[in-house]
Amino acid sequence: MAEFRQLYASVSIPRIHLRQTCMFTSDQIVDLLTELGITHVVYLPDSTLGQWNDALHAASQFTVVQVCREGEAWAVAAGLYLGGANPLVMIQCTGLFESGDALRNAVHDFQLPLFAIVGYRSYLNQETLPGDTCLKFTEPILNAWELDYRLITKPDQLDEIRNHYRACQSSETPGVALLAEGRA
Amino acid sequence: MPPQTGDLSLIESLRILEAVRTDEVVITAMGAAREWMTLGSHPLDFIFVPSSMGQATSLGLGMALAQPDRGIIVCNGDGSTLMNLGSLVTITALAPKNLTLITLDNGVYEVTGAQETVASTGRRANGGDVNLCEIARACGFESVYEFDGRESWRSQVRDVLQNTGPTFVLLKVPPIPGAVGPKSPGPAPERARQFMQAIGAGSK
Repeated sequence: MAEFRQLYASVSIPRIHLRQTCMFTSDQIVDLLTELGITHVVYLPDSTLGQWNDALHAASQFTVVQVCREGEAWAVAAGLYLGGANPLVMIQCTGLFESGDALRNAVHDFQLPLFAIVGYRSYLNQETLPGDTCLKFTEPILNAWELDYRLITKPDQLDEIRNHYRACQSSETPGVALLAEGRA
Repeated sequence: MPPQTGDLSLIESLRILEAVRTDEVVITAMGAAREWMTLGSHPLDFIFVPSSMGQATSLGLGMALAQPDRGIIVCNGDGSTLMNLGSLVTITALAPKNLTLITLDNGVYEVTGAQETVASTGRRANGGDVNLCEIARACGFESVYEFDGRESWRSQVRDVLQNTGPTFVLLKVPPIPGAVGPKSPGPAPERARQFMQAIGAGSK
């Protein structure tokens, strides 16, 4: 086994970069969240949102609360909001599917105006998961939960996230920025 | 320390907590909410009814992070705790010193007719039961307590609450036959606003 490891270590294997680029850089997102006065990002990474992972955790302007499953995220955000903080939930649409009851309770039972950035898996590229059913269910589910969302598909739509967040805060209603993603 | 005697009930365990509670937030869910409401009301009570079952621990984490100088106590059932075990890991990752989780363990889903949880001996193929205190320790809780006796809980409760958290407390209590779910004490959005005023977050 040791010989195999030595041989393996000596072979130069080109690294394959599976990570896709995201339409917004880490700096853009950290700056945006800072500008919006976000105090806590309640978050579970996917392959797109995860590209901001290091920058989010390194940011001193807000605290990242990384959860084990997305259902926790809405309740953590609810507790933060009730305690006077300004949280933002950041999850993939699959996590949105998983977390329905928790979000229902927070934004409908208690009517807390929570805001989320939700990654829209496979919207820009279905190479990895041809026929990904996330495309079929994400927007109908957002509509079913009566969440006012904006679909973000281009880099020049950063302002739309900003404006939608502010409009939701102003009207004290929940909202979502639905961020188109490529690979799963 | 007084011996564990197995004479702790749900209402008695909450009475003992209520007697020493000062300005802490107390979040209650399910059966704990039902019984807590019979003991009176406090502006810093957060009656988590209606709830998303299992999410009281996560709600408490959020409040503890937003209000780091105030004690946050979550009173939850074992069925609810089982439903959101990952939250124990999330909590210890952030390690808020002001958060105390109290799990009232009766082994059943009381408000739905007292069906045993899968952690109970009767639902386990190989017998035995699941030790929630050991789970809490494995998840990273350093302050872990278990009580099943009235006097032992009464004599320790102050120390438990003054501990540096996050703290996990398991109170073994018997199920209450025929118990029903808690009734909402009023419109949830209005109660949320009142709570925010009471905690000093009402200017949002």
